[in-house]
Amino acid sequence: MTGIVALYIFMLAAFTGYEVIARVPVILHTPLMSGSNFVHGIVLVGAMVALGGAHTPLEKAIGFLGVLLAAGNAMGGYVVTERMLEMFKASGKGAAKRSH
Amino acid sequence: MPWASAAVAIQASYFVTAALFIIGLKRMSSPVTARSGILWAGAGMAVATLVTFLYPGMSNFELILPAMFVGAGLAWWSGKRVAMTDMPQMIALYNGMGGGAAAAIAAVELYRGAMPDYATSTLAVAGGIIGAVSFSGSAIAFGKLQGLITRSIRFSGQQLLNLLLLGAALVLGGLVAAHLNASPAVVTAFFVLALVLGLTMTLPIGGADMPVVISLYNALTGLAVAFEGFVLNNAAMIIAGTVVGSAGTLLTQLMARAMNRSLGNVLFSGFGDTGAAASGEVSGSLKPIEAADVGVMMAFAQKVIVVPGYGLAVAQAQHKIWELCQLLIDRGVNVRFAIHPVAGRMPGHMNVLLAEAGVPYDLIADLDEINAEFETADVALIVGANDVVNPVARTDKSSPIYGMPILNADKAKNVIVIKRGKGAGFSGIENALFYLDNTRMLYGDAQKAAAELIQAIKAV
Repeated sequence: MTGIVALYIFMLAAFTGYEVIARVPVILHTPLMSGSNFVHGIVLVGAMVALGGAHTPLEKAIGFLGVLLAAGNAMGGYVVTERMLEMFKASGKGAAKRSH
Repeated sequence: MPWASAAVAIQASYFVTAALFIIGLKRMSSPVTARSGILWAGAGMAVATLVTFLYPGMSNFELILPAMFVGAGLAWWSGKRVAMTDMPQMIALYNGMGGGAAAAIAAVELYRGAMPDYATSTLAVAGGIIGAVSFSGSAIAFGKLQGLITRSIRFSGQQLLNLLLLGAALVLGGLVAAHLNASPAVVTAFFVLALVLGLTMTLPIGGADMPVVISLYNALTGLAVAFEGFVLNNAAMIIAGTVVGSAGTLLTQLMARAMNRSLGNVLFSGFGDTGAAASGEVSGSLKPIEAADVGVMMAFAQKVIVVPGYGLAVAQAQHKIWELCQLLIDRGVNVRFAIHPVAGRMPGHMNVLLAEAGVPYDLIADLDEINAEFETADVALIVGANDVVNPVARTDKSSPIYGMPILNADKAKNVIVIKRGKGAGFSGIENALFYLDNTRMLYGDAQKAAAELIQAIKAV
């Protein structure tokens, strides 16, 4: 990937992020922050590559820490977002489930 | 050519992952499709993670797998256990981990010292400092919201110290990026300075402002991930990181605006703790009321608007309040919930807490929708909310919260305030609403008060 292509990707992705979020109701701000927190858990992929190519003990130690933290970011972000979104129900469907 | 075909498969998979992330985020931006959004994004993450094991020249699997299992296992365990009220600090924690991971990637690449060109080394350094600040800063944010750090440490010259730290980190980073001196000692000093900067930047910021800071660090982590994506030539990281970076920046601005603050004000002013502001004078007296009287008042009302605040979450009263509202709805009362953008600990947090109690989201209205309706409401029931219903935000120019959009609960015919004691809100400002002629105070823990109201309404 040449530098200029990378710049194009960067610009288009920035606009995409802005547009995707622009009209979000406040009620979803917290889950969405959590969801975007999950999405940058993709850093796991980079951490795996970094550790996968590490040679010295220092590189390996830092790489190990990186993979551990990144896996925590991805898994934690997924679990809490899923838990929050699971609870959002409209009155019709939700009421039927709740009545005992 | 097994490696070449693996490379194509990897690139194709990353492309699919980027698409799944964007679709997932898009679906998460509407309450109807939000639930499926995280599943789409999760599928994207699974694809990318699995295919990365095929990366050409990968080794150290005996380290990668345990690190993944330990990190994911701990996060899964903590994420399943955390209470909904504690969600903001968990987001901070996981976000900080992502920032730390981005900084770790930068560190591995910089210690190895095999930077092909200036652009790569500059981006590695930039991602490194942003990731490290996000890591240590988020750790402080977590500590503050979790109650582990109770004091906001402030001293004169603090901004100068931060500026010096930033300057020193940038000089060292510049040396590394320009290939002038990329020795391990310089790289180490660079990361230490960046980590300390994250601490000293975040320590003076008050707990009430933390959500904005968490959101900012979330955006920064996204950016750091994108920068390290450039370094590793990884399109999935570039796209996902940049999308989060820009979406997170927008979310941060929306939050800051909802709190009537500019981002610079949040980061550099040190307001946001109790007692920071002198309170204005309020005339009148607090008029207490008994639960039985409130029960009668609400049972025969046409329309009741509930205004929940963080006090409701602290008392875990959302279930009892919803039970109370269901009783009212069964009696034919029109019940709505009015949510201020910053009710709870961050925008949308209160919606999550009400959703947990089973309140359908179509009974919940936000500020713009509901404000005109207070005039026609018989009862506004304020549960643990304070600053967000303080009418001085509309009237008193000298008040620190002047200009903040508030819920016009004072316009309702009767205002009932459930409150534990007589203290002021987060901002330390006396609430003029509590002293109005149409306001009555129902003192007590929100959960107990709600239980008493349920009894009172059942007895009508």
